[in-house]
Parts: sequence; C-alpha cells; structure tokens
Amino acid sequence: MEKENKNIPLVKTKTFINPENEKRSVTAPDGSIIEIDPIKDYFCQDRPKEYKVRSGAVEKFLNWARAESLWVLGFGTGCGSIEIPPLVTPRFDMYRYGVQMRPTPRQSNVFIISGYLSVKTLKRAIRSYEQMPSPKYIIALGSCTINGGMYWDSYNTINRLDHYMPVDVYIAGCMPRPEALLAGFAKLKELIKAGKAEKANEYVRNLDWYKANQKKIIKDWNMPDYNW
Amino acid sequence: MQKIIQDIESRYSVSEKEIRRNNLCFLTIPKNQAISLVTYLRDYQGYSAFTLLTAVDWIEEGHFQLTYLLNNPTNYTEIGVRTMIERDHATMESAHHLWESMQTYQRELKEMFGIDFPGSPRVDEDFILEGWTDIPPYRRDFDTKKYAEETYFPRPGRETNDPAEYMKSKLFPND
Repeated sequence: MEKENKNIPLVKTKTFINPENEKRSVTAPDGSIIEIDPIKDYFCQDRPKEYKVRSGAVEKFLNWARAESLWVLGFGTGCGSIEIPPLVTPRFDMYRYGVQMRPTPRQSNVFIISGYLSVKTLKRAIRSYEQMPSPKYIIALGSCTINGGMYWDSYNTINRLDHYMPVDVYIAGCMPRPEALLAGFAKLKELIKAGKAEKANEYVRNLDWYKANQKKIIKDWNMPDYNW
Repeated sequence: MQKIIQDIESRYSVSEKEIRRNNLCFLTIPKNQAISLVTYLRDYQGYSAFTLLTAVDWIEEGHFQLTYLLNNPTNYTEIGVRTMIERDHATMESAHHLWESMQTYQRELKEMFGIDFPGSPRVDEDFILEGWTDIPPYRRDFDTKKYAEETYFPRPGRETNDPAEYMKSKLFPND
C-alpha cells in the first residue's frame, strides 16, 4: 500500500499560523526585549527517529513488558468512544489485562481511534499521536476507520485511516461491542509479543507519504510538521 | 393563535401563512420586515424563547428560505417566521442583538450555506470546517459523493445496491 502511492508529491498548502504561534517580541524579566518565534523555539524541527529494535531475549522481554502494560490515551472520536467506559467498569474490567486509561499523550502508548474521524478531529488526533512516546500502537475501532462505514460519502469524514496514521489492529463492526474491543487488545498483545507491531517505525519511515496525505485534507495546517 | 396571526397581518405584509396545528404556524414575510417581526413577537407577544434558525436551499427558484422558529413559554405556542433571500450573494440582516445564541446559528449558516450576516460576532471565523476551500457543503449544487471520492481515498471493493431494486430482486425474484 505504501509503495504504490509513495510518489504523491507534497501538497503545497497555504500556511496559516495560530495567533499564539506568531513571531513576537517579549520583554524578559530583566528588561531586555527578546524576539521569539514559537514554531521554531517551542517545537523541535528535526525529523523523528525510529526507535531501536533490539534482538534476542532482550527484545522478547521488552515486548512482553510492553504487551502487558497497554496504556490507552483517553481520546474519544465518534460514537465508538461510548464503548470504552464499560471496559473500565467491573463487567468487562480491562484492568485485568493491564490496560488502563491515561489522561495525556505523553503517558500513553495505545491510541484507540473509536469511530469516524472528521477532518477537524483528525488534526487533533495526529497531534496527539505524534506526542506519544514510541513504541506506540493504534487500534482502529469500527468500520468507519476501515472504509468510511456509513459516512463513506460524507464531505467531512475520512474514509481510510491507514492513509493518515499507521494502524496495528482493526476491529470491524458498527459498533463493535466491548468484548470485541477486548479481543482487539488480545490480538494487539499477540502482535507485540511476536514483534510485529512496529508501526511507529513505519510511520517515521514513510513520514513524507503520511504528511502529504494529511496535508491534502487538512487545509489550514497551522502547526509544525511534526508535533513533538 | 388566530388572534395573534390577525394582529400580525394588520401590521406586516404576510405573503403566505401555514397553520400546522393550533399551536404551530409558519408565516412568510418579506426580507426587510423579518427581523422587525421577530423583534415584535419577542417584545410584545411573549415569544421570548428562540428555538432555531435554519435555511433551506431552493435551488430551482434561486433562493434560500430562512426560518426563525420562536416559542412562547407561557401559552406553549410556536411561530416560524419564514423569509426568502436571494441565492447569489446571499446576505441577511443579523439578529444577534436579540438572542446571543443567534450568533452560533448565523456562523453555521455562513459556513454551511454561505449566507452572510454582516456585523454578527465571529461570523467569518471557521466553525466546524477548518480551512474549507470548496463551495459551502450544504448548498445543493455541492456534490458530496464526488467530493468525498476525490478527497478521501475510497477503499476499492465497496459494493452498493439501490435499496428498492435490491429488495425487489430478493423478495420477488420471478417478476
């Protein structure tokens, strides 16, 4: 999929800058005036790097540890986010499997895209995903993330999530029940333990292709190219 | 209800009235009188609750129909004030001074239909569609399916059936 589309040229978009990210001069506490350019000063300009995949028993141990502590970012998109609260409550209790919710991207390594993504939400989802530390995994929940589902001809929702973010596990259904989500977590654990869930590296390798796709639909790209 | 309608007809030029129930009616009024009538209903007739403002695209006739739906909380009646505005360079007088929530409706109509409300706060800012460059998507000459197919990488292999034809072939295969 990546190879056949890799030649898409980078889309030139008009650059918008958020008001808080505009260049400005600020008076420092000692009275001197300094120029700041938030896009350059507050965000890292380097390209992201792949995380190191070790080999042998060390990698096996690390993968076991990663698989047994899946920390999910509390970010709900679309109708699927309503399937997640039952997982936390005693009936399904995902904590049994080492899965728990985290409030910020910096503390989590699993991102559940729970349903349709509008362009506006996709922008926030990309920002959140890029802030998560590697190795990180994406579970795509519901048929909306696979082919658009019932929103396939909508003017504002994406059809295929894998063109914008690397997906590890798809859970089909509209909507999948919490049991299906637990099965998805079990599958993700299997993949991690087998060393097959390294999509975060794939994202870094194919960054230009992903960015071109993202910029094709996010027309007011007013953030750095990669959000550290 | 009849009393209020008669009162309105004596003051404004109502071109069309549609009484749906004994507590709901729609009055069509010229564009320049619409806000005046809404103000009159709010201040003198007790229609103090603003329910919604919506638009319909009558592309064949070449105009938009705006509906201001007002509710009277004391006698539980509703009046919809309808007005027709030109479709090209659609502009309408802003009514944000009457209810604050009107701003949001006007912002939405600006984005989804391209109807301008000069003077309404934040009306030019992006509301839901950020950085939209095409024609407003709720206009009927906007082809949603074509736009989605060109923009969002449709997954090949989707089969669609016309529901009526499909059910006919399933239920009555011999006909």
